[in-house]
Amino acid sequence: MPNYTLSINGKTQTVTADADTPLLWVLRDELNLVGSKFGCGIAQCGACTVHIDGIATRSCQMQISYLEDVKITTIEGLSENGTHPVQEAWKEIDVPQCGYCQAGQIMTAAAFLADNKNPTEEEIREAMHGNICRCASYNRIEKAVKVASEKMS
Amino acid sequence: MESQTNIDFSRRNFLKTSLLASGGMLIGFNFMAACKPKAAMPTAIENLNFNDFNAYIKISDEGFVTIFSPNPEIGQGVKTSMPMIVAEELDVDWNKVTVVQAGLDTKKFKGQIAGGSQSIRSNWNVLRQTGATAKQLLINAAAQKWNVDASTCTASKGIISNAKGETLDYGDVVKLAATLPIPEKVTLKEIKDFHIIGKEIANVDIDKIITGKPLFGLDFKTDGMLYAAVVRPPAFGQTLVSFDASEAKSISGVLDVFTIGEKARNFLSKGYVSWTAILSESDKIVVVATSTWAALKAKKTIKAQWKQATELESSAFHDKKLTALLEGDTLKVVREDGNINDAFQQADTILERTYHSPFLPHNCLEPMNFYANVTADKIELVGPTQTPEEVSKAVAVLLGRKVEEISVEMTRMGGGFGRRLYSDFALEAAEISAKIQKPVKMVSAREDDMTTGVYKPSVKYQIKAAIKDGKISGYQLKEAAFNGNMYGSIAHFFPAGCIPNYKVATASVDSNITTGAWRAPYTNFLAFAEQSFFDELAAAIKIDPIQLRLDLLQKVKNTTDKKIQYSGERMENTIKLVREKSNWGKVSNGIYQGFAAYYSHNTHVAEVADIELKDGFPIIKKVTVAVDCGVVINLSGAKNQVEGGVIDGIGHAMFGDMSFENGKPTAKNFDVYRLIRMQETPKVEVHFLQNDLSPTGLGEPGLPPAGGAVANAIHAALGKRIYQQPFVKELKKSSVLG
Repeated sequence: MPNYTLSINGKTQTVTADADTPLLWVLRDELNLVGSKFGCGIAQCGACTVHIDGIATRSCQMQISYLEDVKITTIEGLSENGTHPVQEAWKEIDVPQCGYCQAGQIMTAAAFLADNKNPTEEEIREAMHGNICRCASYNRIEKAVKVASEKMS
Repeated sequence: MESQTNIDFSRRNFLKTSLLASGGMLIGFNFMAACKPKAAMPTAIENLNFNDFNAYIKISDEGFVTIFSPNPEIGQGVKTSMPMIVAEELDVDWNKVTVVQAGLDTKKFKGQIAGGSQSIRSNWNVLRQTGATAKQLLINAAAQKWNVDASTCTASKGIISNAKGETLDYGDVVKLAATLPIPEKVTLKEIKDFHIIGKEIANVDIDKIITGKPLFGLDFKTDGMLYAAVVRPPAFGQTLVSFDASEAKSISGVLDVFTIGEKARNFLSKGYVSWTAILSESDKIVVVATSTWAALKAKKTIKAQWKQATELESSAFHDKKLTALLEGDTLKVVREDGNINDAFQQADTILERTYHSPFLPHNCLEPMNFYANVTADKIELVGPTQTPEEVSKAVAVLLGRKVEEISVEMTRMGGGFGRRLYSDFALEAAEISAKIQKPVKMVSAREDDMTTGVYKPSVKYQIKAAIKDGKISGYQLKEAAFNGNMYGSIAHFFPAGCIPNYKVATASVDSNITTGAWRAPYTNFLAFAEQSFFDELAAAIKIDPIQLRLDLLQKVKNTTDKKIQYSGERMENTIKLVREKSNWGKVSNGIYQGFAAYYSHNTHVAEVADIELKDGFPIIKKVTVAVDCGVVINLSGAKNQVEGGVIDGIGHAMFGDMSFENGKPTAKNFDVYRLIRMQETPKVEVHFLQNDLSPTGLGEPGLPPAGGAVANAIHAALGKRIYQQPFVKELKKSSVLG
């Protein structure tokens, strides 16, 4: 199997994996970064969302061989000690129920708010529409994105 | 319903204490029952033994409190709310409390108990008593130090005071307290004095969740662990004939491909666990690899031949079977009052409607998975299961081992909804590990999870009512279902006791589709059928639908019928609260409201859905909810459960659809199977009835009324009645949505 050099959470890491291995499984199985979750494997649920050069991306669909020249950020690298405004808002609103989808929700929200610091309710609902929360904690996710935007602006 | 604050448990030894070698005091107790009389208390945290006690409280010399609890967490919040109850009666500041879950952090925890929707209800008194007893013990120790009578001392927020105004911290007296006898009778706090219960307390795992720390079954890992993917029959009713794995074996990382099944079939013949019926008799093909990706990728390349063993069922087949049951003679009466036939004969008007719901998968976002390490001297099992005790017993039978050799550790679960009550995946992991003699994690892909799972069975309800002189004089409900009928006391829910002539009858036929509990079993769909029907009845009688319910409930108040499960008074108050908070009947033009109320899992819930039309399509804007669950433990968690339950209920009523063709589910993943998403969600506004009655569960009761409230609002908006789930399919069929 070939080697790939990746930039993950500001660190350079070399992994050995087949070229078609999705980033999600490299993170989870090889690098012990298990915050990005496996939900559907076909980019439909958003539980595996990471940032690639700042853009919210479904890691289950990103083959490792294409990722040598990009900056990858996972939930583990979003902030030191969980102090990103989105994480703080998640805590303040006490969003999670089972919690499984929340890393993906947070990564989607963080990328969205980096681009749009003062979103309308409609824009928040549209931005978060791609991430499934099976416990349906949607009201709180929506509220937390709003609170985070206030913290960031 | 009791609300007394002085409870004599008359249980000696329901908890035990010891002094920790490292400082502080340890109290062992059990969430559900008294401890074993001979149970020994550890003197070091490393030796906590969850076979003797299933929970411990540590109070350090500094007064910090740690609650060690192995209670499973599937998202319903008991990991936070149950320790809150102990801390309240112990009377400490919540910010001095840490909750430690047995599981990933350590391997010492054993013998956990299962939680579920009844956790709070069944443990309320035990948890309060435990906290109060520990507090009295500390007071007794302080009194002894001061050489005063304990009855002259009080304690609050971790500080004990005497009549002279002297104070001692809990930490100052733990050493002495650990040596004193356990007080037998203690006084519980007055509900008005609560300073933790009823407040908004954040989920105790929040920091780990928002930073992506390992918590869930899929995150669990050990050195040398391998990964396994399993090919199961693609259709219900099929068994394996042969397979070709040559391509799979050529994929790098793949170590072995083999079949399992013999042990499970042997197990099946013993009918050992309650969920035996969901286990397949077919052989399954297992791919073992060094990574999840290699296992999942290789699994897809396997070419297998299957043969038909039993009927390959389709949705049309299911529909026909259920209709035949409604019209057939196998219906069994489960409750009958008065004379329903006379009521129909004497009626001015008869209304009869039939409601249908499809099979539904649970779709927990964390796919089924389990870790097993079967070795010569012990078996370690780790993962997301709601029934750990049953898993250890089942694996003992499956592999012919002693239960004492088996440990089951529970992880946090990425959703349950009933699915993880059936631990078929744990048996697979155990059988695979036994075969390869290595630690292994069995991982299901979403497609495996959705197509080879356990489903909410398809159900039909036929409801028929007699109206005489503007009153409902008779009510008859027939249930046609697969693999079993409404259980326990559902026939004694509303409107039982409200209508003089009343009859509920049920019939069931076997299906080879594996079925089981799904969030709010039976009532999840029954409530939609019943509450839609009452909306139609109100229209037929020309009465406000809320007033109709209130009038009916007068008849069940003070009932002497002990089988009646719900309370007329509590339901009335719940309905009145939602009527007020939703502005029922007073909303502006363009908003259409629908009402539903339902009692399930010991909790009374009433909901009003507000709908607006956008290009003729109904948009659910808001749902106002009133809930009587007795004392609310964690206001934040409680609201979260209800908000989620309501939106989950709406999502499945609107979109949930699992049909079958030739034994195969037609949806395999979220591209086809539609779950509710952000833009489809209403704002949910939750109001709790204020009372001091014992708390009841919240994981499920918010869900059942949601579908009915929405269906009734859709009727208000579009004049269309809906009799089938999913609603969007019905709306598309009519000209309403083109």
